[in-house]
Amino acid sequence: MEKVNLTCIECPLGCDIIVETDGGKVLSVLGNTCPRGDKYAREEVVCPKRVLTTTVKTDVDKMLPVKSKEPIEKGRLFDAVKTLSGITAKTPVKIGEKVAVFDGVEIIACMDVE
Amino acid sequence: MRNCDIVIIGGGPAGLAAAVSAYDNGCKDILILERDDILGGILNQCIHNGFGLTRFKESMTGPEYAQRFITEVKNRNIPVKLNTTVLSLTNDKIVTAINDVDGVFQVKAKAVILAMGCRERSKGALNIAGARPAGIYSAGTAQKFVNCKGWLPGKNVVILGSGDIGLIMARRMTLEGAKVHAVCEIMPHSSGLKRNIVQCLNDFDIPLYLSHTITRIDGKDRVIGVEISQVDQNRRAIKGTEKYIKCDTVLFSVGLIPENELSKGAGVELSLGTKGAVVYQNRETSLSGVFACGNVLQVHDLVDFVSEESELAGKSASDYVLNGEKIKNSIDCQAKDGVSYVLPQKIDTLKSGDVTLYFRVKGVYKNCKVVVKDGENTLLSIKKRIVAPGEMERVILKEDKIKSLSSSVQVSVEVD
Ligand SMILES: Cc1cc2nc3c(=O)[nH]c(=O)nc-3n(C[C@H](O)[C@H](O)[C@H](O)COP(=O)(O)OP(=O)(O)OC[C@H]3O[C@@H](n4cnc5c(N)ncnc54)[C@H](O)[C@@H]3O)c2cc1C
Ligand code: SF4
Repeated sequence: MEKVNLTCIECPLGCDIIVETDGGKVLSVLGNTCPRGDKYAREEVVCPKRVLTTTVKTDVDKMLPVKSKEPIEKGRLFDAVKTLSGITAKTPVKIGEKVAVFDGVEIIACMDVE
Repeated sequence: MRNCDIVIIGGGPAGLAAAVSAYDNGCKDILILERDDILGGILNQCIHNGFGLTRFKESMTGPEYAQRFITEVKNRNIPVKLNTTVLSLTNDKIVTAINDVDGVFQVKAKAVILAMGCRERSKGALNIAGARPAGIYSAGTAQKFVNCKGWLPGKNVVILGSGDIGLIMARRMTLEGAKVHAVCEIMPHSSGLKRNIVQCLNDFDIPLYLSHTITRIDGKDRVIGVEISQVDQNRRAIKGTEKYIKCDTVLFSVGLIPENELSKGAGVELSLGTKGAVVYQNRETSLSGVFACGNVLQVHDLVDFVSEESELAGKSASDYVLNGEKIKNSIDCQAKDGVSYVLPQKIDTLKSGDVTLYFRVKGVYKNCKVVVKDGENTLLSIKKRIVAPGEMERVILKEDKIKSLSSSVQVSVEVD
């Protein structure tokens, strides 16, 4: 049996969580204050994921902030940024509009650019 | 000179929320003055997520959070002047501003809401040996370069200060291809949120050196390296602990201070604890009819609370204009043992409604109690597992307690 210490990142409270695992299987989650912490801890020990926020170029003189609609595997963040740095978004673009897809996850605009 | 019921200085999240709230509470003659060419303030460069968790129960990026309020302002057709810098404010509420279209102009306001935000403490305020070569930036300036302009200020980076902006920039520069060699924090604890330590440093194996500072910056034209040293309890560098790190860029993230030049000019009383205006629970300053909210008043960690505070200020300004609401019976609200400041600094006991006290503690305290007293009389005693300077605390004093206050409110931390 293994014990993993984690800090929940789902909200600013940052609860310290202890996860007990056995051969990759989660036995127990302790220390979380709410169910979001439980879900986070279970995912974190198996396949950590993060929402990516970055920028892409536009066809006007302005950067467009974007984010991944769903979390992306942590190990794929660098590749995602690299892929997105090659993209130029067409204006006008509206907040929430899809500008690319990475690993099956939509990358969406976070701002209106006229 | 034109007249206006409420002039709002600053179109960041504070100014926007105050405008919407003042409007919805009945005062429709409002003007927002904003220096930048867009609304939203500092949120436009904060492209990371984590905004809005408290208020909207979802994790938004800074620009997305700003957009919600910009839309609300637009829906109400509240007038905004962009590219307009306010130059001065007088104690009789005459606002002087400048822009390309109107030149220098003046507005006489019935009420003014200060919402100018804060600025970064400058590196000049720190004593570090060495020349001042290129490659030294404040973390916020670097954030603007990377996120708004798409320029990477350097490839090998050392960051001084573990406040949230520094942590967020450590991740951002790393993702953009730079190598962040170290984050140095002079205190024995980080001033940033725990979740940022995890997602911004631990995720990328960036070392955090607690009780460390930069003692020398090396390089003539461009930074070529820094010397870092461990510090003792008095924050003095310990000889023999020096370590040299090669780098081309140094970012400073050593704190924010409320931007209060205009407030000072008008004669608004400022607080030593917050470096912002001294206010009553309705966010009215020492100048009747002048209100303050957001980071110009106290440096907030979470924009959600900026919005909450600004709605209160907006409502108060509207009440002031429409009903002539005045302060009646004021008592002081003070920070005692273990607490560095409490806001509001003054409470009008005759105003209706609960009062939320915001405060910051001086150090990290475990298994402690937050105690609120009226003179010798204990009003509240709340057990806390842990409190830290990096996270703003709040307690609510109920209306019935406010009505019966007699001497002065004191907030302290007691450790068993
Ligand atoms: C780098 C950074 C990262 C942050 N990260 C988070 C986070 O992850 N989560 C979170 O919840 N909060 C975060 N915050 C906090 C949050 O963004 C701020 O609390 C919030 O933006 C403050 O709003 P404000 O309107 O008071 O100030 P600002 O956003 O600074 O707006 C002030 C506005 O006033 C204008 N202005 C100033 N002086 C004048 C003048 N003389 N004339 C005209 N206009 C003027 C400025 O141009 C600006 O637009 C972060 C803050 C910073 C700085
Ligand atoms: S467990 Fe719940 S309360 Fe604790 S940090 Fe995670 S989300 Fe926040």
